[in-house]
Amino acid sequence: MSIDELAPKCGEWLKGSGPESDIVISSRIRLARNLADFPFIRKCSDTDRIEIENTLHKAVAKIDSWQERVEYVDVSDLSELDRQFLMERQLISREHSEGSGARSVAIDSSEQFSLMINEEDHLRIQVMQSGFDLHTSYDFIDQIDNLIEQNVNFAFHARLGYLTACPTNVGTGMRVSVMLHLPALVMTREIDRVLRSMTKINLAVRGLYGEGSQAMGDFYQISNQVTLGRSERDLIDQISEVVPVIIEYERNARAFLKQESRNELNDKVKRALGILNSAESISSEETMHLLSSVRMGVNLGILDNVQIPTINKLFIHTQPAHLQKLHGMELSSADRNAARAQHLRRSLQN
Amino acid sequence: MQVNTMKCQHCEKPATFHITELTGNTPEELHLCEEHARMYLMQADQPEEPVPTIAGALAQHLKISQTAEELSSLDQESCPVCGITFYEFRHVGRLGCPHDYVHFEQELEPLIVNVHGSTAHVGKKPEQGSTDTDARTELIQLRKQMQDAIAKEDYEKASEMRDRINKINNE
Repeated sequence: MSIDELAPKCGEWLKGSGPESDIVISSRIRLARNLADFPFIRKCSDTDRIEIENTLHKAVAKIDSWQERVEYVDVSDLSELDRQFLMERQLISREHSEGSGARSVAIDSSEQFSLMINEEDHLRIQVMQSGFDLHTSYDFIDQIDNLIEQNVNFAFHARLGYLTACPTNVGTGMRVSVMLHLPALVMTREIDRVLRSMTKINLAVRGLYGEGSQAMGDFYQISNQVTLGRSERDLIDQISEVVPVIIEYERNARAFLKQESRNELNDKVKRALGILNSAESISSEETMHLLSSVRMGVNLGILDNVQIPTINKLFIHTQPAHLQKLHGMELSSADRNAARAQHLRRSLQN
Repeated sequence: MQVNTMKCQHCEKPATFHITELTGNTPEELHLCEEHARMYLMQADQPEEPVPTIAGALAQHLKISQTAEELSSLDQESCPVCGITFYEFRHVGRLGCPHDYVHFEQELEPLIVNVHGSTAHVGKKPEQGSTDTDARTELIQLRKQMQDAIAKEDYEKASEMRDRINKINNE
């Protein structure tokens, strides 16, 4: 499996199934781990980084059940386009993509998990799933963590738990993120109030591509900030209790729009599909915005000739690096806009 | 012809102060109005680079609770294993090795409480081996000594270090 083979596919987490998948795009959990006998990344020599990679590769290679499943990609050896591609696909973080020095990622063939090596921490295990099912995701990542831990010593402190390069991750080293599609709350302008209440209970809100990214296409990621003093299950329970409240708000807002401004809503959704179906040139930002309306339209039964998995896939496949990989060459911004419009027309008219 | 009045970098007023900052690697030109120039000069002794919020939060906490002398001596304190100074940590917001949590335990505690509202882990523990891995930080030092010896072409010392590392790893 090369990156070029990965391009036309789409990860399990985008298939649009699982609980509450009309609103919850995906559930993601990541664990930060460090080898006990190496410095953290900031103080690693080039030799240390290579040894860390070797140690972790060997530990993963000992896991028999993964032999056919996991593929390594040497991130330090990739072109900028390929790195951006992996980031758009959510298989590596922005930091991993833009970093320097020996670093790699092990990718599960169905894209249900990835292992980033030499990111901010020596190892970041990430599990992704379609829809809202954090307990299943945690069982899975816990199992992955145990399998790797059989073959290495992770830095652990009797009182502070798993030790991480940044004290904001110490303890469980766990970050749980739920990606939500909240177009109706944006339309009814209730979104700010909802998000403010999240930060009051120590949950962070981010855009599609993590820290510092904007909430493009009405996507919001809710995640925990606290990693110490609460167990993994506790942290998951907290998010599992809060997310349904937001889902309920979004459903109410959708029902309100359907009842109170049906014509406007229908018009917005159908116009969005009209533009996506016929534009000759379109930016990434406009695409996200319009796909968001179409997605809501399908979920509300306004449109019945488009499938949710198609739309989910388009959100990723119309990103700049994906588009260029699918096209098989690097494209200028203007050429990308034309290629994007063509890709959208073909995908939506099929 | 366009009238060449330079605007302040932070607002719409004309820039009347032109400052060339020489503290970084490359000289930096600043063009500011009187008000923003005053604000800039008043905080000029603060670090230039945008500090990550976590380090910023800690720096604030330390400034309130400690005198300038206390802070400056704390800043020079370094970890015996990885060599990171507290100053470096405050500026980049990232630690240098697992032993920093032991060496800077007291200094990190207010920050950890601030972020997590707690000082003790209650979650998962490693299934294998001892729960506290601080003893293994000896390997970080040995490995560094080995790399230094190789750089100096002192292969005898390097192989001695390699043997000690292997011995600990096989225990």
